[in-house]
Amino acid sequence: MKEKLRRKIKTRYSQPKLGAVSHQLKARMEHIISVTVENKFGVLSRVAGLFSGRGFNIESLSVAPTLDPSMSQMTIVTSGDERIIEQIVKQLNKLIDVIKVVDLNETEFVSRETAIIKVHTKDADRAEALRIVDIFRANVIDSTPSTYTIEVSGDPKKIEAIINLLQPLGIKDLVRTGRVAVAREPIRQAVTQTKKVARE
Amino acid sequence: MKLSGAEIFIECLKREGVKTVFALPGGVVLKIFDMLHQQKDLEVILTRHEQGAGHMAEGYAKATGKAGVCLVTSGPGMTNVITALADAYMDSVPVVCFSGQVPTHLIGNDAFQEADNVGLSRPCTKYNFLVKDVNDLAATIKEAFYIATTGRPGPVLVDIPKDVSQNVAEFAYPNSVSIRGYNPTYDGNKWQIKQAAEAIAKAKKPILYVGGGVVFSGASQELLDLAEMTQIPVDMTLMGLGVFPGEHPLSLGMLGMHGTYQANMAMHYSDLVIAVGARFDDRVTGKVSEFCPHAKIIHIDIDPTSIRKNIHVDVPIVGDCKTVLRELNQILRATVNGDQKDLRKPWWDQIQQWRQAHPLTYQQEQDGPIKPQHVVKRLYELTRDRDPIVSTDVGQHQMWAAQYFKLAQPNRWLTSGGLGTMGFGFPAAMGAQAAFRDRLVLCIAGDGSVQMNMQEMATAVVSKLPVKIIILNNGFHGMVRQWQDLFYNGRYASSDLGTTPDFVKLAEAYGAVGLRANKVAKLDEVLKQALATEGPVIVDVPTYPYENCYPMIPAGGCNHEMILEDPPELKQKQAGERKVTPEDKDTVLTA
Repeated sequence: MKEKLRRKIKTRYSQPKLGAVSHQLKARMEHIISVTVENKFGVLSRVAGLFSGRGFNIESLSVAPTLDPSMSQMTIVTSGDERIIEQIVKQLNKLIDVIKVVDLNETEFVSRETAIIKVHTKDADRAEALRIVDIFRANVIDSTPSTYTIEVSGDPKKIEAIINLLQPLGIKDLVRTGRVAVAREPIRQAVTQTKKVARE
Repeated sequence: MKLSGAEIFIECLKREGVKTVFALPGGVVLKIFDMLHQQKDLEVILTRHEQGAGHMAEGYAKATGKAGVCLVTSGPGMTNVITALADAYMDSVPVVCFSGQVPTHLIGNDAFQEADNVGLSRPCTKYNFLVKDVNDLAATIKEAFYIATTGRPGPVLVDIPKDVSQNVAEFAYPNSVSIRGYNPTYDGNKWQIKQAAEAIAKAKKPILYVGGGVVFSGASQELLDLAEMTQIPVDMTLMGLGVFPGEHPLSLGMLGMHGTYQANMAMHYSDLVIAVGARFDDRVTGKVSEFCPHAKIIHIDIDPTSIRKNIHVDVPIVGDCKTVLRELNQILRATVNGDQKDLRKPWWDQIQQWRQAHPLTYQQEQDGPIKPQHVVKRLYELTRDRDPIVSTDVGQHQMWAAQYFKLAQPNRWLTSGGLGTMGFGFPAAMGAQAAFRDRLVLCIAGDGSVQMNMQEMATAVVSKLPVKIIILNNGFHGMVRQWQDLFYNGRYASSDLGTTPDFVKLAEAYGAVGLRANKVAKLDEVLKQALATEGPVIVDVPTYPYENCYPMIPAGGCNHEMILEDPPELKQKQAGERKVTPEDKDTVLTA
């Protein structure tokens, strides 16, 4: 009887409710949040202050004006469980200078990051460096007798990969932009697929 | 017509219907004060400390429901008012604070009395502005009042550099405000309201959990309708006190850490919690994982971030309490049938059992030391006909006031809930008194708290604000001492105040009236005398110093596991070494 009662009792935010699924929900997931804000002074500090004041995590943040110069677009990479992300989105929406908030993880999106890497190159390594640049479709944007400055963009895994390959040559300097992302346009079903369905 | 920034400031305030400004001058706001001095529509109340100005604006706002206004200078003026802004932010009080700033060309130069006002106040205001051009001043002030008073209310800061108040501009006051990133939701989602109505119709053991949101929304009538129609018991939060009549049979009183036994038990064993304008604060939920384990939760709040912040909610409704409750009542009126009293009988029988098992209680011996609860109770009984406004500081006395002072109407209760700011009570009472000169305004204070803004007594005397302060004087930071008794083996680390000042003489020193009641038999007489006095009065009541406030849910404890009285070893101490006779206390105090 007691056992039965205990099972009946719902607990709030303490136990997983749906077994395995809720375990996933609890897990800290990386989210990319796209925030449209007023292009005024002090807005960045409001957004950053919200994250630091409430103990939310910022992995990267990039900001630049949009087509409409009165607005700026922020792309924030953060992580947290479902409840934290919900709070982040709500709290961002609550800021008066924030015009629109989209959690890109709720849709399909494409994201890119750019890195500029300054690599030491001894004579023997210069060809190897260029080969790596070629593999990753990166560009050499500056060159001195002893260094190459390489620009590469892509998803974070690609950036990690090229960094790993260039590391043995000796990286002198590395700067990364943080990610920017945009939602994909909805894709129409391909014609072939419709035909296939029709045939069935 | 061209006006200076200072004149624009005054014009804007008049158009917003402001009558009183709580202010303290300084170098960079002199132009504004000079203009204030030359007009008659706005009353300026000069405070003795900027924190006092901030709390007065809060008290004014809480009592009137309109925005309270304070004006401070740059640098230390601003840093002093921060506590009041943070307090207003936590308790959602509409306050518009104007601060002076060094001239625009000096900003960032570490000029004399410069502080980054916007940066300082960012985390403790709903929004803040730095006005860099006098042409923007009028529109900014309009926006400030709009933001402070709409949606979930809160404090707004407007920082005005010296040159902006001196420069001239064409004055045009905008009629309306439109901010693209700020559109509070007032109407609740209809489908969700229907879900809520269905849940209420189905529930066997429902409970209303109502907070300060209902006060600001002005929805107490709608709440009363809902409760009476459905016979659902009502729990009030500290901030919600007064929104439902305290003496009403459906009221269970305050819930939470020092809430009544029945309020917390009913919460714990309910099967449906209807939260209205409350935010599931940790002082209410206790241990979150065991909070209301059997209940479905409906949450009505204007602030979407409040919903699902601490607690999982089954039916979230974002909207203004008044509009949502009105709509909910409409649906229920059509669907609820049969006698709700019969339907709720088993639930009410259970609640009555709890009520009788552990009512609020204290022991007052006629020749023993005065018990603090007794003072609050007598004060309540003596003043209930005069519909007083009651403010409190923070600590034991606040909880006793919340338990024993049963307010009948909203906007009568001024207390610092979220931030728990000691020193709030006295200036807040003065703010309310400034709004209602003829009303009776009481401030129930502790001897620790009241000293934090005692300097405002000078303001009360000069500005003729006849607040009656009743000090429950136990010589301790009482709540700290209680925790030390219960959780730190009775080691009174820095909670014993040693000597407190002679409050009677202190009142007299300020030119106010000071009275003292040191015997139970004298209490009524002294209180009556204070109430009959015209100006501000301090009533010093030496109380039993070791009295503890119960029921109590230890921090992080579960709501149905309340401590109801002193544990045995403490009881033994109270009866033995801590036995105090009124004579002892009297000699201690007057020595």
